[in-house]
Amino acid sequence: MPDILDPISVDPALLQRIDMLNRQYGHTIDEDLLEEWPKFFIEEARYMITTQQNYQANMPVGLILCENRGMMEDRVSALRIANLYEPHGYRHLIDLPIVISKSEQEIMAQTSFACFRTVQGSAPEIFCTGKYLDRIVDDGQFLQFKERVVVCDSERIDTLIVIPL
Amino acid sequence: MSPLDFNLNDYSEIPYAVYSDEDLYKKEQAQVFQGRTWNFLALEIELPKPGDFKTMFVGDTPVIVIRDSNGNINAMVNRCAHRGNLVCIEDHGNVEHLTCVYHNWTYDLEGNLSSIAFEKGIQGEGGMAADFDKSCHALEKLSVETHCGLVFGSFSENMPSLIEYFGPEMCRNIERLLGRKIELLGRFQHGLDGNWKLYMENVRDTYHASLLHSFMTTFRLNRLSMKGAVEVSEGGLHHLTYSIRTQDNDQGQYNAREIRASKDDYTLNSPELLESWPEFECGTTLAIQSLFPNFSIQQLSNVLTLRLIVPKGPHKSELTWWVLGAAEDTPEQRAMRIRQSNLIGPGGYIAMEDGAVVGWVQRGVKGAEKKKSVLAMGGRDIERKSNSRCNELAVRGFWQGWHNLLEG
Repeated sequence: MPDILDPISVDPALLQRIDMLNRQYGHTIDEDLLEEWPKFFIEEARYMITTQQNYQANMPVGLILCENRGMMEDRVSALRIANLYEPHGYRHLIDLPIVISKSEQEIMAQTSFACFRTVQGSAPEIFCTGKYLDRIVDDGQFLQFKERVVVCDSERIDTLIVIPL
Repeated sequence: MSPLDFNLNDYSEIPYAVYSDEDLYKKEQAQVFQGRTWNFLALEIELPKPGDFKTMFVGDTPVIVIRDSNGNINAMVNRCAHRGNLVCIEDHGNVEHLTCVYHNWTYDLEGNLSSIAFEKGIQGEGGMAADFDKSCHALEKLSVETHCGLVFGSFSENMPSLIEYFGPEMCRNIERLLGRKIELLGRFQHGLDGNWKLYMENVRDTYHASLLHSFMTTFRLNRLSMKGAVEVSEGGLHHLTYSIRTQDNDQGQYNAREIRASKDDYTLNSPELLESWPEFECGTTLAIQSLFPNFSIQQLSNVLTLRLIVPKGPHKSELTWWVLGAAEDTPEQRAMRIRQSNLIGPGGYIAMEDGAVVGWVQRGVKGAEKKKSVLAMGGRDIERKSNSRCNELAVRGFWQGWHNLLEG
């Protein structure tokens, strides 16, 4: 925990780069550029949407669980071709990141978010609030997720979740 | 016309009012959920230690399920016998006794009232009425029975045993799937914009699966051309359907040009999602079972799930998913179950459409309370078993069981 409370330990330029990564990530989803979404991850990355209760209880099953980028691409092709649902879109509000740890290999960060969902013909509603728990790799030029665990505050999902958070 | 104006001969036409009528909803609470049914409460593994409790709902009624110091599981209404306050506020935890925070009335783990704050008053003044008898003010108790680690409760006394209530065919499937040490891999809540019965109809509807769910059809997880069957228990209450995907007699019925859900140009970049192992000697690759009124057990490849759909008024309901593994699983098998669980739940490749379609029907039937749906696929009878799953007999059976209970 001390790292979270110690702003001196984190380079502001790094914080800004993680913030930009998160903003671009949210933008990509909200603007329906979902084919680009897997590119935020390295090839063998893990992406999981879970709930606070399941996360705290170490439950391995996710609402969505991708163990590599191919599985993320499959999520996107399924929502384009295979799955049926009412047209809807998201609007993410993403907080500034907190860097939890930093090593040569990876940066661990945590970021709060809120996601509004607008279903065709309805008013926007708060679909989900939660936190991103990230392991990020830096090749010197780009940051990419090695793991992004989306922990939803509520145990309850309304109707369905098909677009990634 | 009353909402209960069924064609009593066969249950093949159902008035849409059953999904929205307020009076019917109240009657259903009394006759179905508080009536002669066994309602799913919990998994035993959710309450491993004495004092472990969880709260949930039987119909609209808040219920505490708790393991006592003898290791027995008890269930009681989560409502203090004093003024009706919730006794347990948290949804799970561990307690030595149950104490209502409002006036400190305390109950033992069987729900008996053990102490009352200031029962004798203070310094000889105040105190409970002289005729007050603590033994008459327990928490309202449910009958509880367990089978294969599943805990059921009933508000009705003199119920047949669980095993008699389910019948031998239903018990065989429960034992096949859960008659071993099981492990909880995850639990999700899923809010639905529709009446709970629409979801139970969907669970029992063997006709829709390969037509609504492209993922199921395209990747041949379930097609009506596969070997399988659908059965209902005596009186229609419970149902079981199963199929064996290695025995498919498809002769072009799922032509992609005619069946929307069949996609011949759709593939996965990571087909390991669907990797499975033959877990059961019988070869069953899909089994869906409903236990009246609102509980379901499901095997889809190696994903084992439980579902409980709880009514939240006539127009809304809340679904809980439990995802299970077996303690005997190898690490590879466990990993396959976890990966395959992408098929189920609120974000499941196959399950998500069921959540959506419940809301669509609820909206579609608005204003059509006096009109009726048609359940004539496979005829109008409720046979006990059919080898064709191109059949709505299990849905007709649901209405038969429901109607008999409502008419009491």
